[in-house]
Amino acid sequence: MVSAFVAAIRVTGHRSINAVWRTGMATRFFFLTLMYSGNSFRRFHLIVKELFSTGVLSLIIIVVAGLFVGMVLGLQGYETLRRYGSESALGSMVALSLVRELGPVVAALLFASRAGSAMTAEIGLMRATEQISAMEMMAVNPIARIVAPRFWAGVISMPLLAALFSAVGVFGGYFVGVIQIGVDEGSFWSQMQAAVDFRDDILNGVIKSFVFGTVVTIIALFEGYDAPPTAEGVSGATTRTVVTSSLAILMLDFVLTAIMFRGN
Amino acid sequence: MERTTLDLWVGIFVVAGVAALAMLAMKVGNLGTYNMSETYQVHAYFTNVGGLKPKASIKSAGVLVGRVTDISLDTQRYEADVVMSLDKRYQFPKDTFADILTSGLLGEQYIGLVPGGDSEMLKNGEQIKMTQSAVVLENLISKFIFNKASEPVNPK
Repeated sequence: MVSAFVAAIRVTGHRSINAVWRTGMATRFFFLTLMYSGNSFRRFHLIVKELFSTGVLSLIIIVVAGLFVGMVLGLQGYETLRRYGSESALGSMVALSLVRELGPVVAALLFASRAGSAMTAEIGLMRATEQISAMEMMAVNPIARIVAPRFWAGVISMPLLAALFSAVGVFGGYFVGVIQIGVDEGSFWSQMQAAVDFRDDILNGVIKSFVFGTVVTIIALFEGYDAPPTAEGVSGATTRTVVTSSLAILMLDFVLTAIMFRGN
Repeated sequence: MERTTLDLWVGIFVVAGVAALAMLAMKVGNLGTYNMSETYQVHAYFTNVGGLKPKASIKSAGVLVGRVTDISLDTQRYEADVVMSLDKRYQFPKDTFADILTSGLLGEQYIGLVPGGDSEMLKNGEQIKMTQSAVVLENLISKFIFNKASEPVNPK
């Protein structure tokens, strides 16, 4: 009875210490990546290759998801706004919720599960098949050669994907609100333009997605780099990537929103 | 450096992303204030435009006939100068009346045109003389309250 209690405390303590340990390692990994990034900019084709697999291949899911999210916003927003007789505010509602929140957050969540998990699995398998050790043997720095290009590809593509998501979403909302339901087109766009501020809304959304891109990519790369070199280890690392980065996105979103949109 | 299809795709991706950003920044709407084929401009002075915004609709008998293009303060008269562009198909008499109205209880504001009986029509650049300003709810309420207060307390 007592020993079970002690065991429970021991397990909790072990997990907490482990989590702190891994956070420290991830931070060190992040700074190492930044330190060795210089080379990957000199060999930009490496980044371009990774931009293809993280950015271009995520395009379809981002565009389709954005379209449907925008359409749902149009429908739901109309139903709610109609009660107050202010359907004309539909445009500003759709645009503000997309640009400020849903664009960066949903795009980052999709990016984490689409591109982040692939990154983790790829690097984890490189580790498992000893490709990384082979590189070290040849005096090639694996962080400079493998990790840094992927990191920058993720950081570059995330804001672009989020912007695409928001833009497509606005058109989805326009399609449902104006073309299908028949909200006045002029008030849809004019109220939107009156409500959305470039610096306060759009730029803050871009900053958000930039932060999310950095965090998701570094989590994915670290989990892959640190994965135990077994089939089980790689699958566990992939799961952890998706779970950790999704939670990180949502928590950071709260913090960033509190900083950006406080009191106005 | 050789060209690859991969570069093309990445190029398309980056261009699409930047275009989306640009579209968000300008919010598309500027793309033709309205696809009204031919327009002519008239302007009108209002003592108070309330919540009227550029691109608000202009209606006559409930039909959309134009858009507000510009609102500015005329410092000669200290009144709001509202420039409207009206569809060429719709001509209005010189003594047309322009009201600022509200669609719905809390809806957005628009300009309603009530045509008069003049035989001459408004031309490009001319001014609508008769206007009625937006109803400001606070003024309405305060008027109501002061009227009530000035009433004698009627004994039963």
